[in-house]
This record gives sequence, structure tokens and C-alpha cells, in this order.
Amino acid sequence: MDLAQILSNSVAFIIAPATIAYALAAIGLSVQFGYAGLLNMGIAAYMAIGAYGYAISVLTFGFPWWGGVLVGIVGSVIFSLILGIPTLRLRGDYLAIVTIAAAEVLRLLFLTATFDSVTGSADGLSGYHNSFRAANPFPEGTYGFGPWEMSANGAWVTTIGVLLVAVSLLVVWALMRSPWGRVLKGIREDEDAVRALGKNVFSFKLQALVLGGVFGALGGVVYALPSSVNPGSYVTSLTFFVYTALLLGGAATVFGPVLGSILFWVLQTFLGNILPGLASIGVLPVSSSQASTLRFILVGVALMLIVIFRPQGILGNKKELTFVK
Amino acid sequence: MSSEIPEPVPPVSPMPHAPRPKSVGLHKGEPAPGVAKVDPIIVADGITRTFGGLTAVNVEHLEIPRNAITALIGPNGAGKTTLFNLLTGFDKPDTGSWTFDGKSLSNVPAYRVARMGQVRTFQLTKALGLLTVLENMKLGAKGQTGENFFQGLFPALWRKQDKEIEQKALDLLVKFKLDAKKDDFAASLSGGQRKLLEMARALMSDPVLVMLDEPMAGVNPALTQSLLDKILDLKDEGMTVLFVEHDMHMVRHIADWVIVMAEGQVVAEGPPLEVMQNPAVIDAYLGAHQEIDLGELTGRYTPEGKN
Repeated sequence: MDLAQILSNSVAFIIAPATIAYALAAIGLSVQFGYAGLLNMGIAAYMAIGAYGYAISVLTFGFPWWGGVLVGIVGSVIFSLILGIPTLRLRGDYLAIVTIAAAEVLRLLFLTATFDSVTGSADGLSGYHNSFRAANPFPEGTYGFGPWEMSANGAWVTTIGVLLVAVSLLVVWALMRSPWGRVLKGIREDEDAVRALGKNVFSFKLQALVLGGVFGALGGVVYALPSSVNPGSYVTSLTFFVYTALLLGGAATVFGPVLGSILFWVLQTFLGNILPGLASIGVLPVSSSQASTLRFILVGVALMLIVIFRPQGILGNKKELTFVK
Repeated sequence: MSSEIPEPVPPVSPMPHAPRPKSVGLHKGEPAPGVAKVDPIIVADGITRTFGGLTAVNVEHLEIPRNAITALIGPNGAGKTTLFNLLTGFDKPDTGSWTFDGKSLSNVPAYRVARMGQVRTFQLTKALGLLTVLENMKLGAKGQTGENFFQGLFPALWRKQDKEIEQKALDLLVKFKLDAKKDDFAASLSGGQRKLLEMARALMSDPVLVMLDEPMAGVNPALTQSLLDKILDLKDEGMTVLFVEHDMHMVRHIADWVIVMAEGQVVAEGPPLEVMQNPAVIDAYLGAHQEIDLGELTGRYTPEGKN
């Protein structure tokens, strides 16, 4: 067991594409759940729309890479409208039920063999990198240092990802200190009170769903950028992982989603490496493969502990208990 | 209270200034359920609302007088709050039509009703807990540029207006004695303070008609006095007030007009003192013992002060 290697692998995830993808999705959830109180349990579907929207428009329709990103965004907006218009007039819990079901429906549509020529069904999609890599301004070589050393393509993905996170954070920060954000937070607290003050609650909720969905789709695009689109990634547990990251950092904070995603991935990688290592030297009484799934149990325990003991997250205001009221 | 009860403290004038006169001559003809008003702000016709087999509201005709304080009283389950919800667009009637300021309100959603100048408070206060008191107040202002998604992104477009709204909010908070609490979460306020906050927040929108659902429930006597003054101030400022209340002292004290509901119908209306003498109202709601101290009813207190 090489502890230095394990640590290096773990901290490498501070700016890995997966971390950036989670951060974007978690920013989307912070808008929807943290600020507007919309319990969107289908963030995985938004990420799938971003990823498939990007890959399909590049592979099937020959779009340039940025066109693929736009398709992902437009797709997520349409998805938000389809989900939101019938459900946002209902009580909050119904949105959770509908989104979790819609996410499964969407995943199964991407998985079914009927659309194999477009979606690749169970094999997913790959080989859509030409346009994106052709636009890479970095010449061949390695970039970064230590654990964060990456190829030119890796550096390009990371640059785009970090830029997207920065822009998203800026938008969320600007909106949440504006009167628009104030209405949203009011809706989270009590939508009838806000309605009685003359605000079109439905419209604000739909705007929040759409905005958060766009961030989720961008997360999906970044998730797909470095490698491939695999339908097995966009399962319900992805939604729960993003929620874990969000709640860890703080649901109603600007930087919480980013901090939470970083901690989530660094810890995940650390545990994923150290637990099999411990098992192989006989410290843990289980096999290596069992040990590596142990981390998911630990994620579940961590989520419970956060919600019970620090529901406002690491960055959240101490007085502000977002999850429990 | 009967006169024999010894008063431990000399009666203090409840109001520091001269008592404000009640509005009279609001109606045309004899006061009766559905009587026409000289200058009605709300005119409702044939409003019914049923929940399953229960007819919660069945109002044939009702007019609310402008620039007066109207009390809506009646026993629990009489349909007062349902009528409130119907008038403010929070619920839809099965039949009927009603106008506010001459404009039809049928099928107008609640937020548009509020924008037209008809704001309400709730029986169970709805303070927005995780917003500060000041944010609660600022949310109440109408027509905010920064509430548009795209304009909200650029503070230059809304900062000036926001400053004005903040000043107005601070002035109102001083009036309602909540200015010391302005940076606290509304969740940290007591029940009575939340009532005050909700009322102050409603006033942020410069309403024409203020509808208060049990403004005094759960408020201590000293605060009641200042709330009463606030309500009378609203009328002086040209607003119309409609409130639901069970405290008969309050109704008598500030209402210019009283509407009594029972089993979904308006059973009586008129000036407060006359309505409270109405045998139908006493039967349906007030009971025969409204003037007698509770202690006398239960036998634990005698007028002579010995027990």
C-alpha cells in the first residue's frame, strides 16, 4: 500500500473533470433546492441531457462542440418546462416524485435498444472528441505539476470546466443578492405569503428550475467531455451523490456546492484507494473488492450525519437550518 | 364587566390622543344582510364554495364599504376565512362573481389580486423565517425592477430603487417597533412580533384594501392596543380595512361596520353596537353571556369579589 500515491490520487481530484461536473450540477441544485426550495430529485437526468445532447449533436448531426453544448442547454430548458409546468403548481413533494420518475424514464429511453443508432443504447457514446480537441489552444505537452499534471486535452477540459464553474458562481452570486433572489428565498420559506405580496410564484419557480437545470446540463457536458457517455452513470445514485456534495458544502450558499464536490471526490477517491489497501494488508476483515464498495456505505452514513448534525452544511450560516424546519 | 368589580388601578385612557370618530352613514336604507353601501369597494354576488357535501360559503350579495373598517365575525367554521381566501384569489368559488374597485376579480390569480392593491395577512402568520426582518419587509414592495431575472443580474439597474424601498421599510419598522430586530431572522421573532411584521410587510405594497385574518390572535394586551392604533391609522391614511376577529372588545372599539357570518351565510350586518344587540347574532355567535365575566359563569368568581 503506497500511501503517498493514494494521497496524490486523492488530491488530484480537486480539479478533476468529474469534480467540476459535480460542482456544476450541485450549483444547479443549490438554485433549485437551496434557494427556491424545489426538491429536484432528477439532477442526474439533467446531466444526462447535457451529456447526450452534446454527444448526439456532435456524432449524429455533425455539430461543432460548442453547438453540442448549446443543444444540451436547450434540451435541459425543454425538460424543465415539461416537468415544471404541470408540477410546480402542486405542493413541493410532488416535484420530487415527478423528477425522480422522469429521470428514470429518460435514462431508460437512452438505454433502450430502439434508438441504438443514435444513443448507442447500453454501450453509450464515444468518439465525439474531434471538434473539441481541434479547438484546443494548448499545444501538445504536459501541464500543471505534481498530482495535477495533465495532458493538453486534459488541460483544455479543465480550463473549460473551471470557466463554466466561475461563470455559474458569478451568476448565482449576482442573482441571490438581487431582489430576484429575495423572492426565491421567500418562496422557499412560504410560497403563499409571497403570493399574497403580489409575486407570480409559479413563474419564479419555473425560472429557478430552468436556471438550475441549465447548470445541471453543463455539468453533464463536462462529465462527458474527457471520455465517453455511459448510460450507467446517470442513475438515481448520481442524484444522491450530487445531493451529498451539495449538503456537505451548504445548500443555500454560493461556494458550498464547489467545496462540497471537491471534498466529496477527494474523500471518495481516498476511501476507494485506502480501503482495498487496508484490506490487502489484513487490517480490514473483508476482500479488496468488498472494501472498495464500503465507501458507498460511508457516503450514506456521511449524508445522514450531515443532515442530522449540520443541516446547513460547512459554509452555511449557523442560524440557518435549511434542511430541517 | 359589571360595575361592582373593584378596579385595582384607575382606568387609563387607552389612547394618548383624542378618540377617532367612527364612520357612519355607510349604507343605504335599513341595515340588513346584503344591504347596499354608499361607496362599496368590494361587491360580491352569489358566491358559493362547497367542500364535498359541506357548503362553506353561500353569500348572495355583499358590499364592503370604502375607507372604513369592517369586521367579519362569526362562530368557528362560519366560512370567514374561506370567504377571505375566495376574495383574495387563494381559492376559487364554485359560482359567483365579485369586483374590487369596479374591476372583476373572477378567475384572477392571487398575486394579481395583490398587485391590484388588495393585500391580506394570514390567520397563522406567515413570516418568512430564514429571511431577515428587513428582507421580509423589502419583499413586500411592488414593481421592483430587480425582480426581473435579467435585470436582477445588474445591480446598477435596481440599486437606487432598492435603497428607497429599504428606507420605506425602515420607517415602517420604526412605526411597528421592530427596527431593533431588522437584521434578525424572522424565525427568531415571537408570535406577536410576527403578526406585526406581517402587517407591516403588507403595508409595503401601498395597498388600497387591507384584509387581516385574526390580527389579534395570540397578541398580548399591550401590543393589542398599539395594533389597534395601527389599524385606525390605516383608515386615516385612506385605506379600507376588512378583518376577521373573535375579540369583541376590539370589534366594538374599532369597527365602523360589522358583518356576521354563520354556516356560510351573512346573517346580519350593521354598525357594531346595533349588530351586537341583534338577537340572531347573539344566538348564532355571541351567546347570552357576553357581558358577564367568565368567572361568574363558572361560579369561581362572584361580583362581590368573595369566593
